[in-house]
Amino acid sequence: MIQSILFLLLLIAGFGFFGYQLKSIIQNIKLGRPEDRSDRPGERWKNMILVAFGQQKMFKRPIPALLHLAIYVAFIITQIELVEIIVDGISGSHRIFRPLLGGFYTFTISFIEILSVLAFVATLAFLIRRNLLKLPRFHMDEMTGWPKLDGNIILYLEIMLIIFIFMMNGGDEALYNMAKTHTVGAAGEAGSFGFSISKILGPALFGGMSEASLHIIERIGWWGHILVVFTFLNYLPISKHFHIMLAFPNTYFARLEPAGELTSPQNIQEEIKAIFDPSYQPAEDPNAPNRFGAKDVTDLSWKSLLDAYTCTECGRCSSVCPANLTGKKLSPRKVMMDTRDRMQEIQQFKLKPDDTGMMVPGNGVEGAEEAAKNTLLGEKYITEEELRACTTCNACVEACPVMINPVDIIVELRRYLVMEESSMPEEWASMSNNIENNGAPWAFPAADRFNWANEE
Amino acid sequence: MQVPVMADMAAQEKKPEYLFWVGCAGSYDARYQRVSRAFVKILNHVGVDYAVLGPEETCNGDPAKRAGNEFLFQMQAIQNIETMNMYEVKKIITACPHCFNTLKNEYPALGGNYEVIHHSTFLQELIDAGKVNLKGGGSFKGKKITFHDSCYLGRANGIYEAPRKVLEALDADLAEMKRCRTKGLCCGAGGAQMFKEAENGKKEINVERAEEALETGAKIIAAGCPFCMTMMTDGVKHFEKEEEVQVLDLAEMVAEDLE
Repeated sequence: MIQSILFLLLLIAGFGFFGYQLKSIIQNIKLGRPEDRSDRPGERWKNMILVAFGQQKMFKRPIPALLHLAIYVAFIITQIELVEIIVDGISGSHRIFRPLLGGFYTFTISFIEILSVLAFVATLAFLIRRNLLKLPRFHMDEMTGWPKLDGNIILYLEIMLIIFIFMMNGGDEALYNMAKTHTVGAAGEAGSFGFSISKILGPALFGGMSEASLHIIERIGWWGHILVVFTFLNYLPISKHFHIMLAFPNTYFARLEPAGELTSPQNIQEEIKAIFDPSYQPAEDPNAPNRFGAKDVTDLSWKSLLDAYTCTECGRCSSVCPANLTGKKLSPRKVMMDTRDRMQEIQQFKLKPDDTGMMVPGNGVEGAEEAAKNTLLGEKYITEEELRACTTCNACVEACPVMINPVDIIVELRRYLVMEESSMPEEWASMSNNIENNGAPWAFPAADRFNWANEE
Repeated sequence: MQVPVMADMAAQEKKPEYLFWVGCAGSYDARYQRVSRAFVKILNHVGVDYAVLGPEETCNGDPAKRAGNEFLFQMQAIQNIETMNMYEVKKIITACPHCFNTLKNEYPALGGNYEVIHHSTFLQELIDAGKVNLKGGGSFKGKKITFHDSCYLGRANGIYEAPRKVLEALDADLAEMKRCRTKGLCCGAGGAQMFKEAENGKKEINVERAEEALETGAKIIAAGCPFCMTMMTDGVKHFEKEEEVQVLDLAEMVAEDLE
């Protein structure tokens, strides 16, 4: 009874706080500019099924893909067990599905146990790879401090989840062997659940222990597991690991146009129309942006912001980026991390955009004045030098397992620099002049354009 | 060299099937002018009904757009769309993947709708249709060639096989680089990088790429893009291999072997 009440309170608090955190994230994504991504649902579902459910893009690197697949499938299938744990927790029963499902129950738990062992091996492999092997993409400048710790915390939590589940199942098996199980419909019986791993592991580890010790082990396993589940759930929204949820909507809403096609912002089209036709009346759009290009996260599309929350900092983008590979400052992963960090900063300091699109501090939040002075484009986050190095080659877009597009953000920030601040390298300024005056990026007269045909 | 011009054709009330979009590099860059001439040689040889805009052509706006100057891009685009629509252009062929991408993908939003074909696809189709017959054996037969994927042809538009098919038709010995097709490495010139110095780093991108190309042992690095052509040529020079290794465009190779 007390256990049930305790569990119910935990359940409400756990999901309640998760819901609250989810709402904050949705609020942050809504900081972005509107963009319609509702067309071609068929293609979108296909992307989601292949890329998110099917892990298609992970398989460009088969070994990590298989390890990742083990954790992913284990995670999905374990949700069945989680349902039972929740029902048991509320009702005060134990293994309530077992009498209902019979042999299928044994099969399901056995399957979960095998997946859990695979996930355990994969998690250890990932810990080793992250911390002992010197994989360059896990040791770039942006991967120190919190991002490094975050990557490890998730893996530790996964290890704990698996250890607890085997404590529970193993302890239970040992109790069943002694005819002391409290499982629904099996109390007093002596035998085995027949779970693939714990029928061996349970007696091997816990055989010969007293009934009281076994009960404690089993309960530590049960409570430990569910406590880690709630911790995990509420840790996700502040972690890169949130990709396990956002990968699905993110692949659904991914760009369907060819990668080479950059957007043609409507507000610029309106301006150009007015230049070519002075009688043209630009459409009155209340949502029209205050500026050309993007200076802060509020100038980016909501999809770019969803991208940022979906990024799991795996660094596959940066490891194929030609600029990054040759030692330049640009790292597409950092672009995504900076975008997320800036959104978090806006939320933390309750900043609000004013009429001109500048951020103003919320009332009474300490440090808000300073935070309001920052923008996504600037010394704290993405610098001009990083932006300048991008070749728009789309290698990062191709490499991302969850269809994130860093090029969209880079180009929007470049647009702001060039069109609002007239800030560009001198060579780009003369390139622009040449195009304007001669119709070519080089300083050749337009009249010579056809000379090539005169030579043999 | 006989190159029909749209304005002349219009004066004769002719509407050629194709516009050959030459591009700025194809018009002004001494090296890529040779590619334009090679491609025209093929078009003339096959008897393709085409014309160029000649002096009426102007930059499509790709480098401006990618540098962030959307204003200038749209000014250029609208100007070009007006010219092309005036001549009722329906199909465009171009030897520049940047022109190809922009005309194909970015002009429709501004009112320019054309069927745009990159010359590698066009050459492959001519070969497949049996319209281009190569001299017995050909001068590239059995030669070790590596193809450098242009980002704006490959990842940007999914064209990986057409240029390789052309090389196969030349009976060349195609050697792939470690990073090819979807994983291809940029030459370093896209995104308007062609027109400025690279940011500080520990290496130039084209040097990295040329090194990879040279590692295949190929005697010819095939390209299908003026920027890649320049960058790979410079990369080969960096390793002082310009005597042994040539950088050639697909059109030049086909033109050389025409029957």
